[in-house]
Amino acid sequence: MTKRFGPFAGREWIALLILGLLLFVVFPTTLDVFRLNLVGKYLTYAFVAMGLVLCWGYGGILSLGQGVFFGLGGYCMAMFLKLEASTPEATKIQSTPGIPDFMDWNQVTALPWWWEPFHSLPLTLILVIAVPVFFAFVIGLAMFKRRVGGVYFAIITQAIAAILTILIIGQQGYTGGVNGITDLRTLLGWDIRTDDAKFVLYFVNGGLLIACLLIGQGIRISKFGRLMIAIRDKEDRVRFSGYDVANFKIFIFCMAAAFSAIGGAMFALQVGFMSPSFVGIVPSIEMVIFCAVGGRLSLFGAIYGALLVNAAKTTFSESFPELWLFAMGGLFIAVVMAFPNGLAGVLHKHIEPRIYRLFGGLRGSGTTGAVSSPHAAE
Amino acid sequence: MIGDYTIGEFTSILAMQGFAGLILFSVFVLMALGLAIIFGQMGVINMAHGEFMILGAYVTYFCSQFFSAYLPGLFSIYFFIAMALAFCASFGLGILVEWGMIRFLYKRPLDTLLATWGLSLILQQFYRSVFGAREVGVTLPEWMLGAVNLTDIIEIPINGLFVMGLTIIITVAVYLIMFRSGWGKQVRAVMQNRVMAGAVGINTKMVDRITFGLGCGIAGIAGSAFTMIGSTGPTAGQLYIVDTFLVVVFGGAASLLGTIASAFTISQAQSTMEFFMSGSMAKVLTLLTVVGILMLRPQGLFTLNIRR
Repeated sequence: MTKRFGPFAGREWIALLILGLLLFVVFPTTLDVFRLNLVGKYLTYAFVAMGLVLCWGYGGILSLGQGVFFGLGGYCMAMFLKLEASTPEATKIQSTPGIPDFMDWNQVTALPWWWEPFHSLPLTLILVIAVPVFFAFVIGLAMFKRRVGGVYFAIITQAIAAILTILIIGQQGYTGGVNGITDLRTLLGWDIRTDDAKFVLYFVNGGLLIACLLIGQGIRISKFGRLMIAIRDKEDRVRFSGYDVANFKIFIFCMAAAFSAIGGAMFALQVGFMSPSFVGIVPSIEMVIFCAVGGRLSLFGAIYGALLVNAAKTTFSESFPELWLFAMGGLFIAVVMAFPNGLAGVLHKHIEPRIYRLFGGLRGSGTTGAVSSPHAAE
Repeated sequence: MIGDYTIGEFTSILAMQGFAGLILFSVFVLMALGLAIIFGQMGVINMAHGEFMILGAYVTYFCSQFFSAYLPGLFSIYFFIAMALAFCASFGLGILVEWGMIRFLYKRPLDTLLATWGLSLILQQFYRSVFGAREVGVTLPEWMLGAVNLTDIIEIPINGLFVMGLTIIITVAVYLIMFRSGWGKQVRAVMQNRVMAGAVGINTKMVDRITFGLGCGIAGIAGSAFTMIGSTGPTAGQLYIVDTFLVVVFGGAASLLGTIASAFTISQAQSTMEFFMSGSMAKVLTLLTVVGILMLRPQGLFTLNIRR
């Protein structure tokens, strides 16, 4: 193990510094507000990817339903913003003023009871985390206590993502259907659609991201983190040593859900709408690829993975829409077959040794403890 | 009297709804059979299964075009030839995929899931670029059109009957191949104990490859049958993949009987509930029930009692 100063090893401090510079200096100074907002949107996926690093990379639990938690977080936020945008004055042309416009279009005449809590911001902020974590807890409790894992867990989470999407689309009057909740305007009277607001929100997003990164790192280096690796590699042996494996798995799964939910809420704030197309099977699997491209064992990698894949997606689908799915498919296959540790693995294996050779004296002492071989990651 | 219907009408509606469920059941069984072989026997998660099915459907479509243009005399039997070709095409692609991709990933089942998802994206875009984004439908030969009238109200479409008959034949064939032939014995031996199977002289790599190919080939036939009752588009496969996985998992992964039983339960539940509520709610309720039961009984409905 390398020597650690505080929560990070030496080389990780450098990585944190580079990331901080990139997020808070380079991007804001070089990009216009439109592009910066786009980067902010990509970074909301980095929350999900970091959650997946913890839960898939370290815990060995592949969840194909992270979109569910991203979506729930996003919908909670969007419901608050929507209620604020649908004051009786703003909606007086509707047959029932004071309820969101899509409800009015679908002949719903009163606000359903489960929309009521979202009148209050503090309650919303709690619910943004609480609802997805509760869901994750129930799913985790049911599955891990019965020792369902691996591919079965992946398939069932995928089915849950499918169910939620169908439900949201089907219950158009209460959820906005396939269009989602659109036309979000203000947060406590502060217009979130202006350039200034987008600029501020970008920084809030970046700050939260770094906070989550620190939490994730804290988990990684703690005794708990070491136990997660042990569970991933030899679950039975940990169980026989007297640990209740299921509780650890439930915790890490809830943690990943909380990260995703924060990402979802920031997404709704920055993009100004939320729709089922960020919930279902396809987006959920794409979130896994963000994590896999960055490196499933690296929290930093997850952030870069989310940024790069999304930037590539935007560029490709702007200029060569037909090629995008080929590129995406190829990426899935390449990452799995050739680079199971993603960008972080490539950096670690091929680029770092050269840098060290370049600066002769600076000896990096091999691997950081946590980047252990993932051969038993399944 | 039940609601606005008389008892007679009500039973007829139930029968019709049940029959619609049977057609859905046939499609589920055909798709799930291939998956039950690949996932249940080999433990490989093939997310591109739907795309193999669509390949079969496109082959059938082109056959129907070809026969109506060049061999109109033989048009009434084109479907059988199309089915054989569909099997060959999917079987061939399956072998190729196993050779190029799957064989490196047997020890990493979660990674096969991601890699085959990538493959499914590529195939989808390939179909879209080559065959166009439009949905296509085949022309059915004369004898498949129309319906059998059982009573005044109950009508049973012939193409539905045909698909059901086909399902029975394929299921029996798969059963014979997997559980009554020497080759099936080899497959099961390899899956239960690879090293020992190799030691007694079974070519395990070849068995892997053919098994995967066979599963894909059956998906091709499923796609072929699918054209009889619906139209085909590049993304049609993705719509069914999660349902099919649930069918296989729900039935108990390694059990053929379980797969059939769970396909029957799920399809009947869905089509019966569709009568009482909207289609999407019926689907949500069905899936929720299945997921709920799986949480209580993770091993599925039927299990094989083998010592591991």
